[in-house]
Amino acid sequence: MNKISLVAKREFLTRVQKKTFLLTTIGVPVLIFAFYAAIIFFTVKSSDNFKIAVSDNANVFNGEIDSKKGSDVIFEFVKDDTTVLKTKLEQKEYDAYLYVPAGYSITSKTIDSLHFRSAKTVGIMTREKIENRISKTLEEKRLMAMNISKTQLDSIQNQKESIIFSSSSGKTENQTKVGLSYGVGFVSGFMIYIILFIYGTMVMRGVVEEKVSRIAEVIISSVKPFQLMMGKIIGIGAVGLLQFIIWGVLIFAIQLLIPVLFPQLFEQMQTQPVQPGMMAAAETAKQSGALSGIMAGLNEINFPLIIGCFIFYFLGGYFMYASLFAAVGSAANEDMQDAQSLLLPIMMPIIFAIVIMMQAVNNPNGSLAVFGSLFPLTSPIVMMARVAHGIPDGVTVFQLILSMVFLILGFFGTTWLAAKIYRTGILMYGKKVTWKELWKWAVKKN
Amino acid sequence: MNMSKILELQALRKYYATQKAVDDISFSIEKGSIFGLLGPNGAGKTTLLRMITGIFYPDMGEIMLDGKKFDPINDIQLIGYMPEERGLYKKMKIGEQALYLAQLKGLSKTEAMEKIRFWFKKLEMETWWNKKVEDLSKGMSQKLQFVTTVLHEPKLIILDEPFSGLDPLNANLIKDEIFGLAKRGSTIIFSTHRMEQVEEICDHIILMNLGKKVLDGSVSGIKQSFKENKFSIKIQGENINVGSQAFSILEDKGNGYVLKINEGFKSNDILMHFLQQGVTVEAFNEILPSLNEIFIRLVEGSNARTRSFQQVD
Repeated sequence: MNKISLVAKREFLTRVQKKTFLLTTIGVPVLIFAFYAAIIFFTVKSSDNFKIAVSDNANVFNGEIDSKKGSDVIFEFVKDDTTVLKTKLEQKEYDAYLYVPAGYSITSKTIDSLHFRSAKTVGIMTREKIENRISKTLEEKRLMAMNISKTQLDSIQNQKESIIFSSSSGKTENQTKVGLSYGVGFVSGFMIYIILFIYGTMVMRGVVEEKVSRIAEVIISSVKPFQLMMGKIIGIGAVGLLQFIIWGVLIFAIQLLIPVLFPQLFEQMQTQPVQPGMMAAAETAKQSGALSGIMAGLNEINFPLIIGCFIFYFLGGYFMYASLFAAVGSAANEDMQDAQSLLLPIMMPIIFAIVIMMQAVNNPNGSLAVFGSLFPLTSPIVMMARVAHGIPDGVTVFQLILSMVFLILGFFGTTWLAAKIYRTGILMYGKKVTWKELWKWAVKKN
Repeated sequence: MNMSKILELQALRKYYATQKAVDDISFSIEKGSIFGLLGPNGAGKTTLLRMITGIFYPDMGEIMLDGKKFDPINDIQLIGYMPEERGLYKKMKIGEQALYLAQLKGLSKTEAMEKIRFWFKKLEMETWWNKKVEDLSKGMSQKLQFVTTVLHEPKLIILDEPFSGLDPLNANLIKDEIFGLAKRGSTIIFSTHRMEQVEEICDHIILMNLGKKVLDGSVSGIKQSFKENKFSIKIQGENINVGSQAFSILEDKGNGYVLKINEGFKSNDILMHFLQQGVTVEAFNEILPSLNEIFIRLVEGSNARTRSFQQVD
């Protein structure tokens, strides 16, 4: 045990002390941030001076639509009919037009929709702004039509409400929450998929390096091969964990910075800060119409459960696959090329898992999702998709525990198998190894 | 149990799927001796050494280390092994590397540091501490490798081709250290196929071929047992009669001969023959076969070179 920790310490320190570690650990979140910042920037920017022609034939707006100062959406009242508006739209005189038919009444119960037509697809931010302002104006008009004075209205609007969301087990199906669960499940499943690859190949490269530099036998003469393998896996796992913690902290910090850096965005979102990971959820939320509903949805998602499961499946999946990657590394010769061809059988279940996961986020209780979340080779990725939907909506406690037990058993299984391959492979030089041979090494006695 | 033996192997056997790598080998090694393990490529030396160091488990047979049954987990500290396929972590600093390897052998940090300082000073490596292995020449890293092998003062030091890649100067340096270690009580197993080094260094050797022990004995004893009663004589004189019952001429060198004593005669009979003729004898000595010759004689003819695969039942 002491030797495992010695090996792990070395593996950890040599990696953490490298300049590349600092570069990737700090660089990746900055890059991700820059990526999302660019997306957000262009989303915000694209709505630059969005000119809308309003043909108000029913005179509902009375020549004014709640105009915020400095807003980039401009409403211009015209007296044209739809055909003229269409041609003007084609001539790019306006970015869009809003046509209010003559019979439109704000107080009537008959649903008469307003026609909004734009030259291009309207971005989510712009759409929200337009929607907000039109409906706000209409709301005001309706209220005033019911003899509520402007001052009364203002005083109502200025009252800030504080709502405490509490959730008991009986939950209401909230569209936004489902969309968010989808996003959270997808992102966390995908992250585990990436983790398995990044740190798995890191273990493999470490083993190949030991073989190529011919130090393997020197070490094996003081440490059992299993200790060397486990030490390496634990050390690299610790690097991964540290890296994720740093990333988490950085992303959190950057997220706090966003309102400062993008005040225009802040105007839109007011209460909810943008989480890069939530963009997928925002995409879905868009369909349900209310970006501002995200916050309520976020509160309904059981984050402690998800984070706890994420760490468990991250470590469990990593430990299970890392030993397999180590076994492949031990069978490789001088170059990584050999390893690549041996990698395929290991990559297959990971890729399968991601396919099942995409199904599971939509249908967490489908039979494929249930199977995938119990089978240890796929469960780290698939289960995250189900857990995101919460207990018991996405997964039952029994299934979750069963899946965890299977994963732990799977870890013992692969490690036991891989250790035997590793022991033989690490001392084997100059021979191209096939999977058939690896299997022989694994099943032979002692 | 014989307590003067550091290592005893009894009927050791290790079969691979296609090869009897080590096939029924027994021998023992005296404490404090320098022991040569010889054999052609593929004779099974490395497999044998890996069993002695606990890397492989023998299929059959027993290993006794220092009078007790060898325990691969705890006895590792008693052994220092420098394998033929050796190397170091290229990106690691030399001092840290030595410390790491010493700690893996079970030394505490302070103990290890003390020993490292001692050896680095002795071999003039003190300035290397913060260098990386990739900055070292091959000879330098070999020196470092040697230091890391003997650092924990093992009772049994196993060196597989320790001089490969070393220039004569560094080879001598390491050789002196090997003698020094033996004098201080360590036992050294020295595996090589460089015979001149074996003759110079080893007290006792065994020769392996095709997984079996072919030869076992002291260097001088083996040479004696393989002698062919050949002598070389250097003389001055003219019209020498070389016809004698005592010997036959193998080679005429102009100012001397290489001859072989016939059965029943002694070396003095040769000298007598020449002295009686009034010839001046300048030099006279017995020609003992070199280990190299013995090696070649024993190994040649076996299918050592073509040994690749055979059926193992």
